Amino acid sequence: MKIVLNGENTEVSEGASIQALVDQLELTGRRIAVEVNEEIVPRSEHAAHQLSPGDQVEVVHAIGGG
Amino acid sequence: MTHKTPQDTPLTIDGTTYRSRLLVGTGKYASWEQAKDAIEASGAEMVTMAVRRTNLGQNPDEPSLLDIVSPEKYTLLPNTAGCYSAKDAVRTCKLARELLDGHNLVKLEVLGDEKTLYPDVTETLKAAEQLIDDGFRVMVYTNDDPLIALKLERMGCIAVMPLGAPIGSGLGIQNRYNIRTIVENASVPILVDAGVGTASDASLAMELGCDGVLMNTAIAEAKDPVRMAGAMRKAIEAGREAYTAGRMPKRAYASASSPLDGTFF
Repeated sequence: MKIVLNGENTEVSEGASIQALVDQLELTGRRIAVEVNEEIVPRSEHAAHQLSPGDQVEVVHAIGGG
Repeated sequence: MTHKTPQDTPLTIDGTTYRSRLLVGTGKYASWEQAKDAIEASGAEMVTMAVRRTNLGQNPDEPSLLDIVSPEKYTLLPNTAGCYSAKDAVRTCKLARELLDGHNLVKLEVLGDEKTLYPDVTETLKAAEQLIDDGFRVMVYTNDDPLIALKLERMGCIAVMPLGAPIGSGLGIQNRYNIRTIVENASVPILVDAGVGTASDASLAMELGCDGVLMNTAIAEAKDPVRMAGAMRKAIEAGREAYTAGRMPKRAYASASSPLDGTFF
C-alpha cells in the first residue's frame, strides 16, 4: 500500500505497523518522533499502530538550530 | 572589609538554576566537532535545537545532534524556527516533546516574514495560549514591544525573549530603551534573543538588566567560533557584574578624577 512518508510517496506492506516502518528505514532505536496525519503517535504505540493507505507520516529528529 | 553589593542570584528558569546566563544555538556550525567545542567554550548550560524531517536512506550511523549535546548534560530547548503559523509551531512543539521523552520546555517563535524573520506577534500569542493550555513551559521569542512582552508574561510564558535585532543580522541591540522597559516591567526572566553580533552587544544586553542572552550566529559565523564563544561567556559575565554593581551616572561634562586640593601650580 502507498503512504506519504516525509512528503514522498512510499510503498509499505499492507497493514504495516509504525515499528515495522521504522525498522525498514533502519531507524530502530534512534531518537525520532512520528506523526501520522498530523497527530503524534507515542513511541509506546509504534508496535500496535497499523498504518492505513494514504496515511501522511512524518518522521522527525533533532538537528542544530538557534 | 570593603563594601560589596549582595551576591547576585543565579538565573532560574522553570525551577532550574543555571550558572551561565548565556544560552546558545546549535545551528550553522561547520562541523559537529566545532559545534561541540564552541558550546563547551561558551559555558552555556541550555542549548537550542530544531526539529526537522529525518533524512531517510542516509547513513544511519551518522551522529545526530543529541549525540553531540546530550540531554543529560544540557537543558535542551527545542525551537519552532521556520514556523509561520501558530498551527505549525504547536505541531513542532508536540513532536519535540515526543522526541525528548516528555520534556515540555520549548522556545516558541512564529515568524512573519522571510526577509526580516520578524516575529508574527498575533500568531505567537495564539500559539502561546495553546501550548500553555497543553502543559508546555514556553520561553517566547518576540519583538521588543513592552506591551506584548507583558501580555506574554501574563498569559503564563515562563520567559520572554525580545529580539535585539533581526535573527542572524548581528546588528546589536537596536532599541535599548524598549529592552530596558521590558526588563523593568517583568517578573519572569527576560533574555535578548537574536541580533547580537559581538561581545559588546551581549554585555550591553546584560547591562540593561536582562537575565540572559540567547545567540547562535554571532558565535557560529565568527571566523573562530570557539574563541568567540569564550568572548561571549566573558561578555555576559562582565555585563551582568556591571549591572549588579550599578554604573556611575552619565554627566554632560567632565568630572576630574584627581583631587584639585594641594595643587602646587
